[in-house]
Amino acid sequence: MKPFQAPELMPAFPEIFLAIVALFLIVLGVSRKEEDSTTVSNFSLFGLIAVAAVMCRFCNESFTTFGGMYITDSFAVYMKVLVLSGSAITIFMSARYMERQRISRFEYPVLILFSTMGMMLMISANDLMSLYMAIELQSLPLYVLAAMQRDNVKSTEAGLKYFVLGALSSGMLLYGASLIYGFTGATNFDAIAVALQAQDAVPLGVVTGMVLLLSGLAFKIAAVPFHMWTPDVYEGAPTSVTAFFAIVPKIAALALIVRVFMGPFEPMIDQWRQVVVLLAVASMAVGAVAAIAQHNIKRMLAYSSIGHMGFALVGLAAANEAGVKAIAIYAALYMLASIGTFAIVLMMKQKDRMVEDIRDLAGLAARQPMIALSMAIMMFSMAGIPPMAGFFGKLFVFQAAVDAGLYGLAVFGVVASVVSAFYYLRIIKVMYFDAAPDEGLDAATDGRLNTVLVLSSGAVLLFIILPAPLLGAASAAAAALFGG
Amino acid sequence: MLDIGITHFLVLSAMLFTLGVFGIFLNRRNVIVILMSIELILLSVTINLVTFSAHLQDLTGQVFSMFILTVAAAEAAIGLAILVAFFRNKSSIAVEDISALKG
Repeated sequence: MKPFQAPELMPAFPEIFLAIVALFLIVLGVSRKEEDSTTVSNFSLFGLIAVAAVMCRFCNESFTTFGGMYITDSFAVYMKVLVLSGSAITIFMSARYMERQRISRFEYPVLILFSTMGMMLMISANDLMSLYMAIELQSLPLYVLAAMQRDNVKSTEAGLKYFVLGALSSGMLLYGASLIYGFTGATNFDAIAVALQAQDAVPLGVVTGMVLLLSGLAFKIAAVPFHMWTPDVYEGAPTSVTAFFAIVPKIAALALIVRVFMGPFEPMIDQWRQVVVLLAVASMAVGAVAAIAQHNIKRMLAYSSIGHMGFALVGLAAANEAGVKAIAIYAALYMLASIGTFAIVLMMKQKDRMVEDIRDLAGLAARQPMIALSMAIMMFSMAGIPPMAGFFGKLFVFQAAVDAGLYGLAVFGVVASVVSAFYYLRIIKVMYFDAAPDEGLDAATDGRLNTVLVLSSGAVLLFIILPAPLLGAASAAAAALFGG
Repeated sequence: MLDIGITHFLVLSAMLFTLGVFGIFLNRRNVIVILMSIELILLSVTINLVTFSAHLQDLTGQVFSMFILTVAAAEAAIGLAILVAFFRNKSSIAVEDISALKG
């Protein structure tokens, strides 16, 4: 028998540190008597920022540890920094909203921390086992977060729906994983790649398993036809939680999909490319068309995020280094625009009550021109109109698709993007040209939301002047996956 | 005498998985049945993994199934907790009453 050897812990230091912070905060939250959750929120913010700073130590090296179950490289660091900053900004933005809704409990930042840890492990997964455990660690806190407003029918219903469909997707993913294990004899990604390359024809069992695995992961990024939970959960969950759902978990799931399909399943590209193209086309179509009929802004943003994931999947269908780079850029720019948009949704209240109807934005340009301008910038960016940042995300994705010879897919993407511009521009029309009702929205008084809004609109608007840092980081991230 | 081979186990697991999925989608009455279906899906995967593990003479599959059992317990706990919160608001756990959110 081999003597036990302790695994190398340093590469996983960010996750371990985050786990310790989260556990410490649970104890702190329970032992403090007062209802106020500010201390716990501030500590978790500090934890997330500290971890993001520590991340840079692992920038340019690649490590594998825990018997090959955990990997960290430039790609992982890039995606993890996105996830960490998304989580930190969500906690930062939501303090006042949670207080007003009387759900300001210390569990909220702690659950976000646990979920973030799960997402970091997802990004670093290098084995079907760690993949599954990370996905569950990410999902279980999300189900609870959706049902956070315990005395509200909509919120608990959102939590219940999310739980049932999330559990179903995990089940499909697991069944796929078990088939892959059975037919390749391995759960480690590197070992699976070796096993697949050794065979001339890919066994049918592996193809079935791969498709089930992809379906389970498509649930997590809400790609059509696995999107049905998204609008309901986005509408029912408290708005700050919706913001978290829209901004962060999708990035982690995208990173995981890229790592799995550009890694061990790279030899099976002919099989998975058609599935990914189908998912991308369906998501872009549903995202463009279904959002037009929505009046609730959270539901509209749900369909919009479905569409955005479709665009990101175009980069995966291209299956080359340019495609992965495009996904990395798209994820960052999508996150930026979502942060700004949700900051405005969190500001939408009338006589101190939250409102969610798009028509409530009428006359905003006359009452609060700066907020209306920021919203217009965000909507132009999401629609992909130059010179906003969102345009470059779409540009790189379509360029990668054209490079890979997927002309039809690129053309379809451009058409879907034009159709979806309709509902983004409608919001701008409502804000600038519709007659203002007697009661407009309350003035934006939350300093934190204003700060986030100013920074994100500045970043979206000025990306064209200084794109080099993001593009460079994304290139390095993509190169890491291609052994560069 | 019929030999019980790997195929029988795999077919059993596939049948349980299908039953679980249909239990979620065709069930019109009770959310508890949905929770049971989820367990059925997870256990079918466990059978699959243990079968492959025995067939391949490799322990990884059994380790994996241990993890699945652990997560299944956590998942059931969270599911029931959310269900209790829902029941307090709605006084019902019938599937057709989960209808406040519609597009």
